[in-house]
Amino acid sequence: MIIWNLIAAAIRLATPLSLAALGGVFSERSGVVNIALEGMLLNGAFAAVVATHYSGNPWVGVLAALLVGVATALIHALVTVTFKADHIVSGVAVNLLALGATQFLCWVVYGNSGNSERVIGLEPWRIPLVDRIPVLGPILSGHSPLVYIALGVIILAHFLLFKTVFGLRLRSVGEHPLAADTMGVRVILMRYAGVLISGALAGLGGAFLSLNTHYFVKNMSAGRGFIALAAMIFGKWTPFGAAGACLLFGFLEALQMSLQGGGIPTQFIQMIPYLATMLVLVSAVGRATPPASVGRPYLKGSE
Amino acid sequence: MKRRGGQYLILQILSPAAAFLLALGVGAVIILALKENPVHIYTVMFRGGLGSVDGFGYALFSATPLILTGLAVAFAFRAGLFNIGGEGQLYIGAFLCAWAGFTLAGLPPLLLIPLCMLAAALGGALWGLVPGLLKARFGVHEVINTIMLNFVAMLATNFLVNRMFKEPDQMIPQTREIATTAWIPRLAPLARRLGIGLPDSNPLNYALLLSLIVAAAAYLILFRTRLGYEIRAVGQSPGAARYGGIRVGLILVLSMAISGSMAGLVGVNEVMGYRHRFLDGFSTGLGFTGIAVALLGRNHPLGVVLAAVLFGILNTGALEVDIFTDIPRELVMVLQAVIIICVVAGDMVFRRWAGRRMK
Amino acid sequence: MGDENELLLNMTGITKRFGPVVANDRADLSVRTGEVHAIVGENGAGKSTLMRVLYGLIRPDEGTIELRGRPVRITNPGMATRLGIGMVHQHFMLIDRLTVAENLVLGMEPRGRLGVLRPGRAERAVRELSTDLGFELEPDTPAGDLSVGARQRLEIMKVIYRGADLIVLDEPTAVLTPQESAELFRIMRRLRERGKTIIFITHKLSEVMELSDRVTVMRGGQVAGVMETAGLTPSRLAEMMVGRPVLEQLDKPPLEPGPVVLTVRDLAAADDSGAPRLRGISFQVRAGEIFGIAGVEGNGQRELVEVINGLRPAASGDIILEDRNLSGQSPRRIRDRSVAHIPEDRHGRGLLLDFTLWENAVLGLQHRRRFSRGWLRIGAMRGHAGRLVEAFDIRTPSIDIRARQLSGGNQQKLIVAREVEQDPRLLIAAQPTRGVDVGSVEFIHRQLLDLRARGKAILLVSADLEEILTLSDTVAVIFRGRIVGRFPAEEADERTLGLLMMGREENGDGSSDGAGRGNGAGSAATGEGS
Repeated sequence: MIIWNLIAAAIRLATPLSLAALGGVFSERSGVVNIALEGMLLNGAFAAVVATHYSGNPWVGVLAALLVGVATALIHALVTVTFKADHIVSGVAVNLLALGATQFLCWVVYGNSGNSERVIGLEPWRIPLVDRIPVLGPILSGHSPLVYIALGVIILAHFLLFKTVFGLRLRSVGEHPLAADTMGVRVILMRYAGVLISGALAGLGGAFLSLNTHYFVKNMSAGRGFIALAAMIFGKWTPFGAAGACLLFGFLEALQMSLQGGGIPTQFIQMIPYLATMLVLVSAVGRATPPASVGRPYLKGSE
Repeated sequence: MKRRGGQYLILQILSPAAAFLLALGVGAVIILALKENPVHIYTVMFRGGLGSVDGFGYALFSATPLILTGLAVAFAFRAGLFNIGGEGQLYIGAFLCAWAGFTLAGLPPLLLIPLCMLAAALGGALWGLVPGLLKARFGVHEVINTIMLNFVAMLATNFLVNRMFKEPDQMIPQTREIATTAWIPRLAPLARRLGIGLPDSNPLNYALLLSLIVAAAAYLILFRTRLGYEIRAVGQSPGAARYGGIRVGLILVLSMAISGSMAGLVGVNEVMGYRHRFLDGFSTGLGFTGIAVALLGRNHPLGVVLAAVLFGILNTGALEVDIFTDIPRELVMVLQAVIIICVVAGDMVFRRWAGRRMK
Repeated sequence: MGDENELLLNMTGITKRFGPVVANDRADLSVRTGEVHAIVGENGAGKSTLMRVLYGLIRPDEGTIELRGRPVRITNPGMATRLGIGMVHQHFMLIDRLTVAENLVLGMEPRGRLGVLRPGRAERAVRELSTDLGFELEPDTPAGDLSVGARQRLEIMKVIYRGADLIVLDEPTAVLTPQESAELFRIMRRLRERGKTIIFITHKLSEVMELSDRVTVMRGGQVAGVMETAGLTPSRLAEMMVGRPVLEQLDKPPLEPGPVVLTVRDLAAADDSGAPRLRGISFQVRAGEIFGIAGVEGNGQRELVEVINGLRPAASGDIILEDRNLSGQSPRRIRDRSVAHIPEDRHGRGLLLDFTLWENAVLGLQHRRRFSRGWLRIGAMRGHAGRLVEAFDIRTPSIDIRARQLSGGNQQKLIVAREVEQDPRLLIAAQPTRGVDVGSVEFIHRQLLDLRARGKAILLVSADLEEILTLSDTVAVIFRGRIVGRFPAEEADERTLGLLMMGREENGDGSSDGAGRGNGAGSAATGEGS
């Protein structure tokens, strides 16, 4: 019994991670390192709660999270693609901004910078026939709609990236922007697209985080944006790979939560996801190479 | 092609100054949106840190750890490394410092004080060493590793404080007090003897001097020693550095260790000079603010000191604003982040503009 | 009756500045329909810049472009392509991770509904063009796996796929062997027969003479002249390129070989991805000798140079300097054994671009007593830099500027100065004059000959056959990680070398075989290891 609960929990916990990781895939495939996923998650989480609070409708919250994620990504894109600053520094800056802004705005809206008021979440979806299946039923059915949306997004992302013109051009820009430029591909546009998509997805992931727990708590992303990056690397910058790695992390987190209250001090259990991330990164070395031109600003005509 | 270092220098100052002003502008817009008066708010803010000797003293006290974390980030940057792990490094360093402070209590101050400082530095160095080793040996990027270790450090010290070394009969999550022989005195008495009216209650202490010494040391190392030459070479181009006979892996590890040790020394101000014990979660994002300080200070030790003082003034001002107005202190967090973004974006703009005029 | 004098392209008054550098200075270019037009000039004359303006990669500060009599504004490569202009770049614009088919159609993809790719159509296009042009390219091969010649053919295919009438080739033979170049010329002639107009950029005068109908000479960003090729002499051309009568007069005293300085024995090594690149190389270099290794890039030269300098581990084999085995030593140790290295990548290896000149002047030497003892001896470093600048005529306003502010030629001279000044027993010079202006090339060559006269050993690795032939005492050819030919310089000629560089041997009857499969009779002296 326990293992099935764990898997169900893993799927749930993996959802915000995979959305963020997918975002990372799109961004990095277009050539932009996105350390700011953490900030986009956080902003999305906050926006979802506030929008739900004022509108009474959690779906409005989801939409708000998506839009705020895009807006956050816009800052990162501007600084890295247009101003051609260092990608990592920009990402760190956006994260700090998100941290400060969410706490500040939390205070403005709710009067305290630690957490928001409770909001309603999304109604879970029951899938009609699936939920009758003996063992798998409870695992596959009854999740928040965002879980199913995430699943759809993963498949859509794979298709988009590898089977469409857009995906081919996006990938070319991340590998060799100058070559792509000579073939008429609009490098700047593609990079903006990659980053903004990552913002939308991470924002969505943030919405899941807060709406699922019905609160916004300061700094609630707790490093998930970085864990998502590790998952992306481990998954070789592909949607399915990244999602799979996120499932693994989700499982670890579920495990960690179920172990609490046992003999081992909670702090050490809580360390598991972070240490696991480091382990994952070491094991991923040499396994896959990132897009060739990731992290390098595109300077036209001066080569 | 007749340009010299002087013009480069003007640029180094202009860019962050412009960013700072731009950030103030953004802040003004936010304040207006909250239906307050920016002039009034900013007046209160700067009055806090600059309006009185006591206030400036607080500003310098607030700047002390920022000098160290800023130096940590800047030093690592010079080697091409992104040390986002200042937070974790300072926690480990501070804890080790406190531990030495109450465990080695029998020793005379002449021994105990340096030992505690060493403990702080070693703790931070150790925590910085791990990502450094992973990078040198496996090529794993240090950004994610340092961030992960931040969480691990916070959890670890949380455990150590609450489960092992807690002050008995207390609810507050803090350790026992360190031996008085490990205390670092405040600067107020010395200041008053020099005619500066700093009240005894002001927490500014000799750790400030330590920070300045570390800054001077960082400068000397980076620009006057062979080690610094090699560190900067690696930071610029590992390929060229290798060609030049430099052992890149060793340099990376050393740089992270030194960087970590600087962050670790925050413990001296916090544990030895102020609280005299380790308080769980005492850092209000000092490691991350250090990043902003390093960027604003252009990764140069002198710049870092100046930027840290500026942030110290801002922090003090934030408290003042928080008390005397309706604006929360978190506004300063936003300001600081906006400063970084403006510095980073503006820097590239300036550099390209200048590069074109300088070639 | 074709209107062959009709102007296809007319560029007028093109000016482009990069900061204070004027890359193009009121340059004019007129190209007739159906002709083969060459643009010549030395490195830095502005030829590439002009073509990048034409292709929309750069926007000019001033000037106009007319195509078929009508003014056009070309703001990006997409527009250029639509106008029928195609460009084959000097550094291939191919995406290694994508396949041949994907590279071919990128930007003009065959698409279905909703932007879905139609890979089948792309594959067909590859096969059709392949057959049509006589190339042999498979649609599914990742571009990164292609040989240099194949990559260029793919680039040409791209241009044809997009229906270009005007084809621009930027230094197309820079990476080709003489035989591959000849093949390229055949392709170019075939294209001309189909009515295409061709512009090609080169700094090799022989190509101009052989291929072009007319030639535009550029010098210092300006057009020095436009002439019909018929009736032109190479020396007149060279004179126009440089602005003064040119004679590379190099005094090369006869070889007086001393004792063996460097012995390389059965050296084997892999590249970064683990693929074997050196498969057992052996040779010796004597004091007072220049040993030249010729070869197309990618045949193991880079790995060879890196292994000898300690920048790459050898899989097996030995490197012996006089009597000491250097294998496995660190770069610092090797340098301390009096081995100097002019690297082929001056930006990535030879210089720290954001360091000052005086900091760069001691790169590799910073640990020596005279320059540091824990503390840096800045005075000594600056003095050293000053002497280098003086002695090697490096044009710079001061030693405090950053290395990136020097021109390419002066950067290279700084590196050469630094390495030569060490008075090494062995100097390894890899592509020492690549991308360097003619004046600096002469200077660097003279420095190498000077070292040689002082009894030092020099290992010269270069893709520039002329350079190899001019400087070397002994010439060897490297192909697929092995030495496939070795002879004294007097016996070497471009043709034989070219064949060996492509892995072929010459038989007595003028035909050629794959190396190693030829019979003994009539074949040129072969090294071991084929």
